[in-house]
Amino acid sequence: MNKKVDGQNSRILLSEKVKVGSKGPVNLTVADPNEMFFEAKRKPAFLTGSEVIKEAIRRANLDMSVAYPITPQSEAAALIGELFSEGYLKEYFRGESEFAVMGQCAGAAFGGARVFTTTAGPGTLRAMENFPMWAGSRLPIQVCVTCRGINSPLSIQPDTLELYYMLETGALVWHAETAQDLYDWILGGFMVAEQPDVHLPLALACDGFFVTHTKDNVMIQEDEICLPEYDPYRSPVPCMDMEVPPIRMMRDPFVMKSNYISYMTHASWQQEVRAAIDRSRKHTKVIMGGSLIETENLDREILLVSSGTAVSQGREAIRLLEEEGIKVGLVKIKSLRPFPFEELREATANAKTIFVPEFNVAGWLAREIKACIPDNQRVIAGPHVAGGMTMPSEVIVMEIKKGLGMKVEALSGRG
Amino acid sequence: MSSPHPSGTMKRMNIRISGLGGQGAVTAAHLLAMAANAMGKFSISNPFFGAEKRMAPAESYVRVGPDKIYDRGELVFPEVILIFHPQVITMQKSYTAPFYSGIKKGGLVIINTDVDLLSEEDHQRLEEDEVSVYNIDATTLALEIGGTELSTNMAMIGACAGITKVVDMEALDKALKERFGKKYVASGGTATLDEAIKKKYAKKEQLLQKNLDTMQRAYDISSEWAESATYAAATY
Repeated sequence: MNKKVDGQNSRILLSEKVKVGSKGPVNLTVADPNEMFFEAKRKPAFLTGSEVIKEAIRRANLDMSVAYPITPQSEAAALIGELFSEGYLKEYFRGESEFAVMGQCAGAAFGGARVFTTTAGPGTLRAMENFPMWAGSRLPIQVCVTCRGINSPLSIQPDTLELYYMLETGALVWHAETAQDLYDWILGGFMVAEQPDVHLPLALACDGFFVTHTKDNVMIQEDEICLPEYDPYRSPVPCMDMEVPPIRMMRDPFVMKSNYISYMTHASWQQEVRAAIDRSRKHTKVIMGGSLIETENLDREILLVSSGTAVSQGREAIRLLEEEGIKVGLVKIKSLRPFPFEELREATANAKTIFVPEFNVAGWLAREIKACIPDNQRVIAGPHVAGGMTMPSEVIVMEIKKGLGMKVEALSGRG
Repeated sequence: MSSPHPSGTMKRMNIRISGLGGQGAVTAAHLLAMAANAMGKFSISNPFFGAEKRMAPAESYVRVGPDKIYDRGELVFPEVILIFHPQVITMQKSYTAPFYSGIKKGGLVIINTDVDLLSEEDHQRLEEDEVSVYNIDATTLALEIGGTELSTNMAMIGACAGITKVVDMEALDKALKERFGKKYVASGGTATLDEAIKKKYAKKEQLLQKNLDTMQRAYDISSEWAESATYAAATY
């Protein structure tokens, strides 16, 4: 259980080497991220989620990206290729497979580069072994997970099951609801992940199609400014090569020997990775508007608690229910790792019934919430859809009414 | 027939576009949303399709409203349905069966066809829900004015705007130019290169104009129909 951390009035801490006003890539000027995120003038842009990723990466002072073109995917990796051709990043190439891409990202990060890549659905699973390796090696790589279904039967539509697999990789896992979240958190994500007391990979998730393929209004910085470059000397672990642990241990692993010290080394390092996730709270709150959750009307007896697009559908359902005089409050979970234990306990203190709409078959977010709050019979895991099915707000309305013991008409479409 | 919305108020309008891969259903949704956005309304658009291939079902959705729109994904309960290709109906190339499944009371269906494609039963069920049906031969309009059947989506957008008035022609013109009319940037080009670019751009200008004309013609004839029809558009 985390202690509540006050995120108000905090600032993003920077490397001493940062020179605000120095020249960044192409025509960009390095800005203080505090100014860039919270004060700089913004202009509206009407973009798809993939284009939003491109616009954020343009301003991220990125060193390198590796792409793997698969279905399902988003256009983001290809759009970052366009940025490379314009000179916004130093290196970009296509990897042989999803697994290879994540290994190549690790190599670049070991070498001191700021690295970004994207993946989705089956690709996330194929690359999976690399994510705990990134975390254990303390590489602050950012991967945008544009959630898609996991086979089989075949589905290439949005489904958040892959996030369940990501939760214990040791990476930070955030779940963007809107294109605006995605834009702000890509940029803010580098600043959090690269803090010396964090220095972990970030899996920044958004829902495929619902965010990546949808055109939406996003406010982006008006001026030609970018993040300060990554300072690899802020890494909390020594430069890793074949002679220095923990890489040294991979070459001649004492962990292979069954003795107490090998078990101890593994356990303590894994605990340290989790402690680093915990330490990221205070940095994350700064860029997430003061809290790992967003709340509306917590005094209401019925609450909708969710993450990602399910929150958006929940907002629409709340609007529809309001028209019928049923009042429902809302909790949006922005960060899944670190998980907002204390914040959720406080937010749900007055709720009698808690609905958790999700775009996956497992209902993993409901389980996470049940494990964290007292009297967890209050949690109703659902409604669920899976395999890419849409969750119309009308369906959430129906489930809530059913859950409250009200009579509902069948929603089967006319015709 | 009474309007689904009290007159004068702007409510959320959900438009479902069912077409076949290659017809520009996704582009049409993006253009409608961009036009609404240009008019200061809130709008989003998104596509929905399987592994891409021509002539396979492809859908796209546009949501327009007076407030920020959070609703995402497949549109299950639309107010307006646009059918870009007869095969959506005749060969059941759609994600929902029948194609008008989920349409809201007092809704509107616009079909690209020159003959009535609906069965007796379809007509009866749509009438029960006070849904108006408008057939427009969008492909012929596209061929005659646009010079290519690829302009079918333009005619369908025009018809949608003409009847619902969800966006105006000025905004559609703006959206079309923004989407397709970006000028080439000649970087350190020689005179020859500049000339080549100019030629290419002139061609593009012509193409844009033809598309716009197709849209305008469809807008005009469907506006005319709307005046005599029972469909009551909310004020947008």
